[in-house]
Amino acid sequence: MKAIALKIPFRPIALGLVVLLFSGVLLERAQAGGGHFFPPVTDPLVREECGSCHLAYAPSMLPKSSWTRMMGELKNHFGDDASVDAAKTERITRYLNANAADSGGQRNGGKLLRGVSMENAPLRITELPRWVSEHRKISTAEWKSKKVGSKANCVACHVDAERGYYDE
Amino acid sequence: MPTKTTTTLLLAALLLPLGSSAASRDELLGQYALSARAASPAFSGFSAARGEKLHVTKFAGGKAETPACTSCHADSPLSAGRTPAGKSIDALAVSLTPTRYTDPAKVEKWFKRNCHDVLGRECTPLEKGDWLSYMISQ
Repeated sequence: MKAIALKIPFRPIALGLVVLLFSGVLLERAQAGGGHFFPPVTDPLVREECGSCHLAYAPSMLPKSSWTRMMGELKNHFGDDASVDAAKTERITRYLNANAADSGGQRNGGKLLRGVSMENAPLRITELPRWVSEHRKISTAEWKSKKVGSKANCVACHVDAERGYYDE
Repeated sequence: MPTKTTTTLLLAALLLPLGSSAASRDELLGQYALSARAASPAFSGFSAARGEKLHVTKFAGGKAETPACTSCHADSPLSAGRTPAGKSIDALAVSLTPTRYTDPAKVEKWFKRNCHDVLGRECTPLEKGDWLSYMISQ
């Protein structure tokens, strides 16, 4: 009885663990779309208020400090008055901050925000150094083409951006 | 007899959502009419034709990029529009987008924003009623 209990099959267990770990890493990479996955906005209010004029950008693309500043100056939102009432402002700010690059969305925003100060990050996603380098091969003509028209128009090329995937 | 009742009930159930959204639009129009009459006793109802003119007119008071409603919404209310950031905008005509203008707060929100962008001021109740009548007629 004692002898049987002590016979632990270490090698198969270790092998199994390695396989499990390996597939775990693979699965994560697949889910993350090779580091180009940013979970889309799920809150209906945020989708409505931040997604009528442009794609409701993923909160994990900017740090909390950027979202807080942006929500504080909606009266002049890149030249537009996008202000909403105080209760909505608070709810949206809370959602964006909870899923920002330096909180809930950390894992996904990590690469995009490399080399950026979390306290003093830009407000425009298109000004992040990593964004600039990833898009360096796009010509001015392409940006100005009818299909694209604006750097804010992610879905023109990233067809699955609405669902969070930003692969080419 | 039971079949007839069932059919009637079924028809009523089918028409109910249609009726309620039309009712909320009528209610909104009624409110604009009240305000329009208060602003001018000569008010004698809204006009879809005036609404159409408002929709396509180019104004100078707003933003340079958006002189008219049609700058972002398509020339025809029956076509989809596009925001400067590339997002598609559902057609304005009620016949094509039946869910439109059923939430008064949403209607007011967009009148406020878009009238400022296009005309550089708020729209009057008369303008809102005319424009809405045009879209309901389409």
